[in-house]
Amino acid sequence: MAVTALKDYQFSPADTQDKFHGGQLLYVGWDDHLMFCAPFAYCLPPTTPFSELCNKILANSFGYHPDWSKVDFSTATWLKSGQPWQPDMSKTIGELGLKHKDVLRLKTPGLTGINGSRS
Amino acid sequence: MDMQTNKKKLGLKEKYAHMTRGLDWETSYQSMDKVFPQATFEGIKIHDWDKWEDPFRLTMDSYWKYQAEKERKLYAVLDAFAQNNGHLGITDARYINAIKLFLTGISPLEYVAHRGFAAAGRNFPGVGPRVACLMQSLDEVRHAQTQIHALSNYNKHYDGFHDFKHMLERVWYLSVPKSFFDDAFSSGPFEWMIAIGFSFEYVLTNLLFVPFMSGAAYNGDMATVTFGFSAQSDEARHMTLGLECIKFMLEQDPDNLPIVQKWIDKWAWRGIRVLTLVGMMMDYMLPKRVMSWKEAWEIYFEQNGGALFGDLARYGVKVPECITQCTIDKEHISHQAWATFYQYGGAAAFHTWMPTDDEMDWLSAKYPTSFDKYYRARFTYWRDEAAKGNRFYTNTLPMLCQVCQIPMLFTEPDDPGQICYRESDYEGEKYHTCSDGCKKIFDDEPQKYIQAWLPVHQIYQGNCFPEGTDPTVEGFNPLAKVLEWYHLEHGKDNLDFEGSRDQKNFDTWRGLATKNT
Repeated sequence: MAVTALKDYQFSPADTQDKFHGGQLLYVGWDDHLMFCAPFAYCLPPTTPFSELCNKILANSFGYHPDWSKVDFSTATWLKSGQPWQPDMSKTIGELGLKHKDVLRLKTPGLTGINGSRS
Repeated sequence: MDMQTNKKKLGLKEKYAHMTRGLDWETSYQSMDKVFPQATFEGIKIHDWDKWEDPFRLTMDSYWKYQAEKERKLYAVLDAFAQNNGHLGITDARYINAIKLFLTGISPLEYVAHRGFAAAGRNFPGVGPRVACLMQSLDEVRHAQTQIHALSNYNKHYDGFHDFKHMLERVWYLSVPKSFFDDAFSSGPFEWMIAIGFSFEYVLTNLLFVPFMSGAAYNGDMATVTFGFSAQSDEARHMTLGLECIKFMLEQDPDNLPIVQKWIDKWAWRGIRVLTLVGMMMDYMLPKRVMSWKEAWEIYFEQNGGALFGDLARYGVKVPECITQCTIDKEHISHQAWATFYQYGGAAAFHTWMPTDDEMDWLSAKYPTSFDKYYRARFTYWRDEAAKGNRFYTNTLPMLCQVCQIPMLFTEPDDPGQICYRESDYEGEKYHTCSDGCKKIFDDEPQKYIQAWLPVHQIYQGNCFPEGTDPTVEGFNPLAKVLEWYHLEHGKDNLDFEGSRDQKNFDTWRGLATKNT
């Protein structure tokens, strides 16, 4: 619905991709690990290999958790915008078709957080 | 010689009529529509502004008199508090962090409320609400001032109080209350009255002021208690204004009901999201607790709010639709918010800590169905790790909700172990929200929220560094530069309470006051 306003109400969005200096936003959450209170936001060049995302970037963010060392990316599954999604580790995030502000959920069956509390 | 007067002194009602309504006139050089350009665009139909009933009938001269009296008392107490080192009488230095949150997150909003009511007063063609809004506007600027003065005593001794105004426009979590008021202020005068006058000042005000002021009383902070008392009589008037305004709109035209209902639904949800910060304060930041957030919610929203909506039902107004979600959330949001500030404690302008065993037992007792099941293991793990020198600080920025701007920390209504993700597509861009409530608000007015100044995105765009910063230099530390831009001093204003300057100074000074060595 249009904004009820005194005059024509048109403004450009604050966070379009052109404002991120060649990067694109990608959000990643790790299901059943609420020790990390919210999904993380990254600003990455589209040329970032997905393997680098998993092994370096996510590892840096999630590595504090004792479950992280047990994560096996060959059995982990992913959701993109809530739908099942299958990445190819050898491709870049651009090649995988990840768009600006896409959101991924990492699911690692069998890992259920501190004492199984999903934390 | 005695003067003979024909008439005795004016009664309150007559005096009010002469000094408010009698001062109004119909403009002739310009049309009334041009003089009051914001009166109609929101779609609210008003047929007779004289039907507005002001239950207080306060005139400017009596307003001045009452407020001056209150100010004198307040400043006498503040002086005494300062001269007697009243800050050393509080329960525990952890408490000070609750009032840092108040000064940075709430006091600047009083000032915005002052501006907003001044604007609403200017824009209403009816003299009744105009006078009432003028007085509320003056109240709000007084509240901002008295709070700043009261808390300035703490600024002499403790970290984190030094630059609240600068911080409000920059610091990530302060964008939550700031954007709430910006949203209300950028709407029309009628929506402002429902957003702030009704939802915030009437439905939710007890959940804001009672916890802070009772919290201050329970924890020995007499300065804060006193400004609370000073503001309390004004709040009663504000509540009445909010209620009168909604009744007036509903009585004037049946077409107003759906518009008003939409605003109630929106602003109840927006306000409740902001109150997450209060919930966290009550359950975690007060060394001596008043009641749990859940108990406060049950008393002030479910019971009192329920009675209010019972009264409004005769106009066709329904209880805000978010109530079902809120009933679930009351078990969780305070724990989820504290977990967030604990891990982002490197970027907060107050200290954080993990609760003691006793405090965790209190939380278990207050939240029997949620605390042990979902939060205790996490908090115990963090505490044990901190004891080993491995205190947890998240090193990556969080994803934020496009509407409430809170990190996406809230969980699914049917699963407290799962983050709630909602998204909308608008003109080729994706927008993420934390809940059905925020998504609905976004989808209703996407043009408004696509402009949101989301702190995380702004940092990534390079807009949150001090002027002249070159982010391309070797070894650039973005967090350090962001903190510098916030005017937040690393190692003093932020990090854990354990080992903080506040903790050390308070212990030393209290020791001087109570011991001989």
